[in-house]
Amino acid sequence: MGADELVINMGPQHPSTHGVLRVKLKLDGERVIGSECIIGYLHRGVEKIAENRTYQQFAPYVDRMDYVAAVSSGLGYCEAVEKLLLVEAPLRARVIRTILTELQRIASHLLWLGTHALDIGALTPLFYCFREREEILKIFEKYCGARLTTHAFRIGGLQYEAYDTLEKDVERFCKDFESRISEYETLLTQNRIWIGRTKGVGILTAEDAIAFGVTGPVLRASGVKWDIRKAAPYAAYNQYKFEIPVGTTGDTYDRYLVRMEEMRQSRLICLQAIENIPSGPILAKVGKVLKPPPGEVYHAIEAPKGEIGYYIVSDGTVMPYRVHIRPPSFINLQAFDRMVRGHLVADVVAIIGTIDIVLGEVDR
Amino acid sequence: MNATLQATLEFLKLYWAPLLCGVAVVAILPLIVGYIVLVERKIMADMQARLGPMRVGPHGLLQPIADAVKLLIKEDIIPEHADKLVFWLAPVLSVGAGLLSLAGLAIGPAFQIAQDINIGILFVVGISALGIFGIVLGGWASNSHYSLMGALRSSAQLVSYETAAGMALVSALLFTGTLNVKSIVEAQSKEGIWFVLLAPVAFFTYLVASIAETNRAPFDLPEAESELVAGYMTEFSGFRWSLYFLAEYTNMIVVASVATTLFLGGWLRPFAGVSWLNFLDFVPPLVLIAIGAYCVLRVTKQPTRVQQLFMLAVAGLCFVVALVLAAPVVLPVIKPSLREAVAPFYAGIHGGFWFIFKVSLYIYFFMWLRFTIPRYRFDQLMRLGWHFLIPLSIINVLLVGVALIAGAYFQLHGWGLLLVTTPAAILALVAAFLILAIEKQHDARQEQTAPSDFYAG
Amino acid sequence: MADEPKEPKPPQVHTGDKPVSSTPAVSAPPGKPADASAPAAPPKAAAPAPPKPPVVLQTPLDNEFVTRFRTKFGAALLEAMEDRKQAILTVDRVRLVEIARHLREEEKFDMLADLTAVDWPKREKRFDVVLNLYSFAKNERLRLKVWAADAEDVPSVVSVWPTANWQEREVFDMFGIIFSGHPNLKRILLPDEWQGYPLRKDYDILQQDTAWVRENLGIESGQ
Repeated sequence: MGADELVINMGPQHPSTHGVLRVKLKLDGERVIGSECIIGYLHRGVEKIAENRTYQQFAPYVDRMDYVAAVSSGLGYCEAVEKLLLVEAPLRARVIRTILTELQRIASHLLWLGTHALDIGALTPLFYCFREREEILKIFEKYCGARLTTHAFRIGGLQYEAYDTLEKDVERFCKDFESRISEYETLLTQNRIWIGRTKGVGILTAEDAIAFGVTGPVLRASGVKWDIRKAAPYAAYNQYKFEIPVGTTGDTYDRYLVRMEEMRQSRLICLQAIENIPSGPILAKVGKVLKPPPGEVYHAIEAPKGEIGYYIVSDGTVMPYRVHIRPPSFINLQAFDRMVRGHLVADVVAIIGTIDIVLGEVDR
Repeated sequence: MNATLQATLEFLKLYWAPLLCGVAVVAILPLIVGYIVLVERKIMADMQARLGPMRVGPHGLLQPIADAVKLLIKEDIIPEHADKLVFWLAPVLSVGAGLLSLAGLAIGPAFQIAQDINIGILFVVGISALGIFGIVLGGWASNSHYSLMGALRSSAQLVSYETAAGMALVSALLFTGTLNVKSIVEAQSKEGIWFVLLAPVAFFTYLVASIAETNRAPFDLPEAESELVAGYMTEFSGFRWSLYFLAEYTNMIVVASVATTLFLGGWLRPFAGVSWLNFLDFVPPLVLIAIGAYCVLRVTKQPTRVQQLFMLAVAGLCFVVALVLAAPVVLPVIKPSLREAVAPFYAGIHGGFWFIFKVSLYIYFFMWLRFTIPRYRFDQLMRLGWHFLIPLSIINVLLVGVALIAGAYFQLHGWGLLLVTTPAAILALVAAFLILAIEKQHDARQEQTAPSDFYAG
Repeated sequence: MADEPKEPKPPQVHTGDKPVSSTPAVSAPPGKPADASAPAAPPKAAAPAPPKPPVVLQTPLDNEFVTRFRTKFGAALLEAMEDRKQAILTVDRVRLVEIARHLREEEKFDMLADLTAVDWPKREKRFDVVLNLYSFAKNERLRLKVWAADAEDVPSVVSVWPTANWQEREVFDMFGIIFSGHPNLKRILLPDEWQGYPLRKDYDILQQDTAWVRENLGIESGQ
């Protein structure tokens, strides 16, 4: 450590770190020359708990990891166990799952946008984003009774039938949403100051992104066109037409544009899905006691933050032998050091915001 | 004994008006600032699709009182190794500088505390610059490394934009030839055109510089971001903090008043000299009567008794103000002989109204900007000040000077001056775009990241 | 990879004495021999687990990829299985880095999606270190496994996939497996001074609680 170096600590209590994240920054004057993320403040031992719960009992726990996008975590887990059981959910269940997961993607990105803009200084988009998010959470509440930690899906399909105005509610939301996204874009996308704060900040090249195992919008903004919904479609995604937005430079501005476009594409998927929800059963015949044949499975889906993977090992009993969750935020956060070097201290907050982490997922 | 009493009475006879104004300002200003904050919160809420303070008093009207009481009864915490005298002095300096510069301003032709200073504007700008001491000393006295850095950053920002603001003011002063505040407004009245039309680029420059001067968004990084470097205000709590807060809003009022005086015609009604537009004099009272009537209409819609009474009170207040505004314009119409008697009242009351209206518009613009755009990073902020605003304002002074010489040569006056100043403004805009283009090229060449390695852990 | 009977009785939520019909019926693979064994015996029979199921669902894999691999690495490939349409290769621990590099360079598995471990305490080599790989070019996933005994350390693949950095730290934190060659192997999720490795099967939360109470409160925990 040279004479000019200064080590500054940020967090774990900090308004801009989106949770209990502690970052140690090594500064040379104003520039960051090194950083260290210290995590684990929210570690709850979820993987150990899983070994003492049955498969159905563990399902609510996965909501609590990425509490901002509980529905997608739940989808990943249910599908992983269904793979283990060699069961497939009926088509109707898969379509409704798709609709709810895409709504959750929009909700997660809205929260990201509001908080990211707030960190950079734009006070107003936060309130607009939460106004939209409120509509989605109302739909969730009407469907399964919970807004945030929804436990919306069951292993084998759904427990609750779609409520009678679900399609109308989703359609109304999607119709309003296009003008709302344009509202956010008017405030931010061409704004000189926004561009000045985000362009060229936190660049992550495609090779670095792949090397660090980064997935999700961060990877796509770096130029790698990869989305599990297209590469290995799950639920009902193979039925719908949608685009994968890809960025060019991998800076914060590109990640912003990619997520805005993803919200639009999610809206399109929802509109396509509600046009034709097939009738039929919503739960496959899985019985009440689940004892998957011994073996293991790794199942990954595209959560709003990246690839969320479930590695489940079964020994033939009602409780899993080992559950490992591969959280996108944990892996993406490793690239933080790479992204922040050479930047000014004021950019650190922007870069933490742009990776879109949820500490519940990072620490499990 | 008799002699001193005599001298005091003489003094009071001469200076009773400014003394009264001074006392009024010091007594009422904190209340006004409190309500400006409430208005800001309400406007912020409106822009964010929500309601703002609603609980304390009807529609949150007693919120400033509650906040003031809370701040006053808070424990006074002084950091252990802080320099106690300077810790006490710093906020006092800030507020003192703000209030003192307010003294040099004329809110309407009748209301001026420091009357007829011949260096009026220079006095105001100079004294408000003294407020920077309050910031630096505050950061120093906190005995915190980060507070000091934040204070130095803040003062660097203020000093940088001081030059640009000064140059912008000079562009406008070229038209008047005097620094006396009242004479500046009279010059605008004489020319029949506000200086904002004659020197628009100067107005724009002063607008941007004044936002930076008062540490408002988008230039509020030193006080808002605070992720690592705490702002200079961190160690101050309770009453001391409220003094800094008061100083900030007083500064806002001062820069708004300076801009109004120099660019927006001070206390002049729009088209003050044009006699066939004199019916515009009736507009303020009519608007207020309309607002009062609207409040009366809404009385029955209020859910509770308290809110109904409140609406009635607001309506009553509107009607009273409308009456006060209407009297000087209606009476001469009814009884033409009263015209001369009423004239000073007209000038004072309507002048005050228009001045306050323009200052409010300026401050509303500040607030609007705060809630709309994100904030600049510190280096971007400094670059904007030094690389863009200062060159632009200096170029503008030169161009306006040349325009004035041309105007004098062709003997142009009033609106005729637009013939020479508009080309000057266009040239200044061209210069602005050139500067921006050069900056962009410079940026592109300078973008580089430090070398990095993979395994930082 | 034998199954072990669970000592604490699994909380059977819905059925008490019908272990047979409660297992999945949709696409039940032919080998569910548990059906035949204990039709009326209560909970004990719920975990009969005769060794046949592993054979049915986890089948040996022999496609051209495996053949290529075998020709290149020969004895280092200990097992090649397929489970539920996912390929699993078990390789020799000491040659892990070499194999990893080959997989990344030649076979284009450029992303390490997941690195974790599983504890089978009854086995001699109790730990399974599992790497889930993905190839962007081929859109294929591969699981790589390495067996390690308690005191053995596993070579770190950080030089091949930098993403393994935090993932190996987490495995070390939870299981106590040392990764040789890792630049900064210290605990990541738990505090630095934590004793014990929680995800090991012999890590008992009750024992942890009583130890903490004894140390910090000076009394015996009543649990």
